[in-house]
Amino acid sequence: MKRWIAFWNILDKDMRTYYLKPPNISWGLIFPLAWTGMFFIRSGRGLDSILTLLPGMTAVSILFGTTSMLAVTVTFEKRSRSFERLLLAPLPLEFLMLAKTGGAILFGMANAFVPVVMAAFLADLSGVAWSLFVPAVILIAVASTFLGLFIAVAVSEVFEAQTFSNFFRFPMIFLCGLFFPIEKLPIFLKPLSYIIPLTYGADVLHGSVHGGNTMPYTLDLSVLFVFCALLFAASLWNIKRKWIL
Amino acid sequence: MPARLSYSAMVSKTELENAKRAASVREGENDKMTEAIVAQDLRKNFEDVEAVAGLSFEVRRGELFGFLGPNGAGKTTTINMLTGLARPDGGRIQIGGIDCTGRPKAAQHLIGVVPDESNLYPELTGFENLCFCAALYGRGKAERRARARELLETFGLAQAADRKFGGYSKGMKRKLTMAAGIIHRPEILFLDEPTTGIDVASARQVRQLIADLNHSGTTVFLTTHYIEEAERLCHRIAFIVSGRIVRNDTVERLVQPIQEKHRVEISCANPVDGLEEKLAASFPGLRFKAASPTQVRVEADHPVPVGPLVRFLEDAGAEVTEARRMRPSLEDIFVEATGIEAGAMQGEKEKRGTGQ
Repeated sequence: MKRWIAFWNILDKDMRTYYLKPPNISWGLIFPLAWTGMFFIRSGRGLDSILTLLPGMTAVSILFGTTSMLAVTVTFEKRSRSFERLLLAPLPLEFLMLAKTGGAILFGMANAFVPVVMAAFLADLSGVAWSLFVPAVILIAVASTFLGLFIAVAVSEVFEAQTFSNFFRFPMIFLCGLFFPIEKLPIFLKPLSYIIPLTYGADVLHGSVHGGNTMPYTLDLSVLFVFCALLFAASLWNIKRKWIL
Repeated sequence: MPARLSYSAMVSKTELENAKRAASVREGENDKMTEAIVAQDLRKNFEDVEAVAGLSFEVRRGELFGFLGPNGAGKTTTINMLTGLARPDGGRIQIGGIDCTGRPKAAQHLIGVVPDESNLYPELTGFENLCFCAALYGRGKAERRARARELLETFGLAQAADRKFGGYSKGMKRKLTMAAGIIHRPEILFLDEPTTGIDVASARQVRQLIADLNHSGTTVFLTTHYIEEAERLCHRIAFIVSGRIVRNDTVERLVQPIQEKHRVEISCANPVDGLEEKLAASFPGLRFKAASPTQVRVEADHPVPVGPLVRFLEDAGAEVTEARRMRPSLEDIFVEATGIEAGAMQGEKEKRGTGQ
C-alpha cells in the first residue's frame, strides 16, 4: 500500500508539472492534427484516405508524445539533482521507474486518441477491431516511453536527449511501414524495419483498422512486449551503472 | 597606554549542554546502544582518483557525529555510499543494524538525507514539495499534510508555504530541504554541509534545529567544513583528508592533549626588534612565537602571567594594544592532525557557497 501511495504521487506530480501543462497539451493536439492534415492532402484521395492514414497518425502521435517528454523531464531532473530524491526513496528501482514512466505512457495513450477522435467525425470507424487497436496503442506507448527512458539515461544534457531522440524517431517513422509499405523499401533497409518496435505496433494498427496486417497479431504483440521488457531492462541497467556511481 | 585584556576562553552554555549530551550518549552505550552506522574499510575510486581510501568508523544511536574535512576530502562520496547513491568499490556498510553491503536500498526507510545542494522541485510550492517527499515514504494524505504544516511552522516557512520553491531565497531553500529530509521522521539523518552558503541567521537557525533533532533522539551524521560548528554540535568528530580518517574521537578527547596548555596572544601597535628573543631571555618558563612583527604568541604548561609580560613589553618600548588569553580549540587539533589551515579551508568553501 505504501509503495502505491508513492507510485501514485510520482505519477500525479509528473502529470501536473510536465504533461498537463498548456504547451504540452497543445503539442499533443497540434502535432497529430498537423500530420493528419499533411498526409490527408498528400494522399489526394479525400475522405477515403482517413482509415488508411489513421494507424500511422496514431503511432506517430504516441511516439513523439512519449519520447520527447520523457527524455527531457528525466534528463532535467537528473541535472537538477531532484532525481536523487526518488533514488533515496525506499522503493525498488523497477517500481520507481515504472511510476516515473507512467505519466509518459498515459500521455502517449491520450495522444493516440486525438487522431481517432478526429477520424470519428470524418469516417466510419465501426469496422475497427478495438480489441486489437487498444492493446496495440498501450504496447506502442509503453515501448516508446521505454525508448525515451533509454535515451534519457544514456545522455546527460537535455539537448543531447532531444537530438538523440530524433536520431531514432525519424528513421523509425519511415522504416516501420506506417506510410510506406515495408515490401516497397530497398532490400538493404528491410532488415532495419524488423528491429524497430514500431513496425510490429503499426502492423497491428493497420490490421485492426483496415485489415492490412502482414504478420500474425500474436507475433506482433509478443515482439512488442519483448521490446518493452528489453528497453526497460537496458534502462535500469544503465541507471544502476551510470547514476548510482 | 594601558593594555586591554580580553578573555575568549569562556566556556559556552552550548558546550556544557554538548558535554552533557555526549555523556548521556556514552551512558546509553551499555543498554539500548548499538551502532546506527557502521562503515568498514569503505573504498571508492573515480577512475584514477582515490576518493575514499579504506574508511572505517561507527556512529552510535542517538549520536551527533561530525565528518570534518576540506573540499574534495571524500565527505560527500562517503555520504552517497552510506545512503545508496553511490556503490562502494570495497568495504562493508551497516545502517540501523541492516547490512547494506551490495543492497543500497535495504535501509533507506530508516534514513533521511539533506544533500549539499537544495534539490527540491522548483515548480512545486514549499507545501507541495514536503507533501510529495512524505508520499515517497508512503505516508497517507492527512498525515503528510499535517506533517508538512508542522515542519513549515517549525522552520519558520509557514508564510511561504504556497510560494514556489524556485522563488525561495537560499536560506529558505536550505531549510525546506532540511524539512524534506526529516518529513518521514527518520531514525538516522545525513546532513551534507547544511549551513554552507547561507546567511548567518539562517545558519544559526539550522544549527539549532539540528541540535533539537538530535535531542529528540535522531542520530545525525553531519559533514561540515566549519570547525566551530562541528565543535559546538557534535559528540564525536572524524577528521577526513584525502579519503582517509586521520582522527576520530569525542570532542573532549580530541582537545584533551592541549587542554592543559595556556596561551596568550599579545599585539603591539609598533614593531619591536628581537621581541621574541628578549621575552625568551626574561621569561624562561614560557615559550614564545612571533606571529608577526607586531604580534607574539605565548604558550606555557601553567597560567601565563599576563601583567608582567605587558609591563616588560611596555618597558621595552612596545605599545601594547591587546593581550588575549586564548583557549586551545579544536581548530588547533585539526591543523595539527591534517596540516590544513582551517581558515583556508573555510575560505575556499565560502567562495563555493556564494557561487551556488
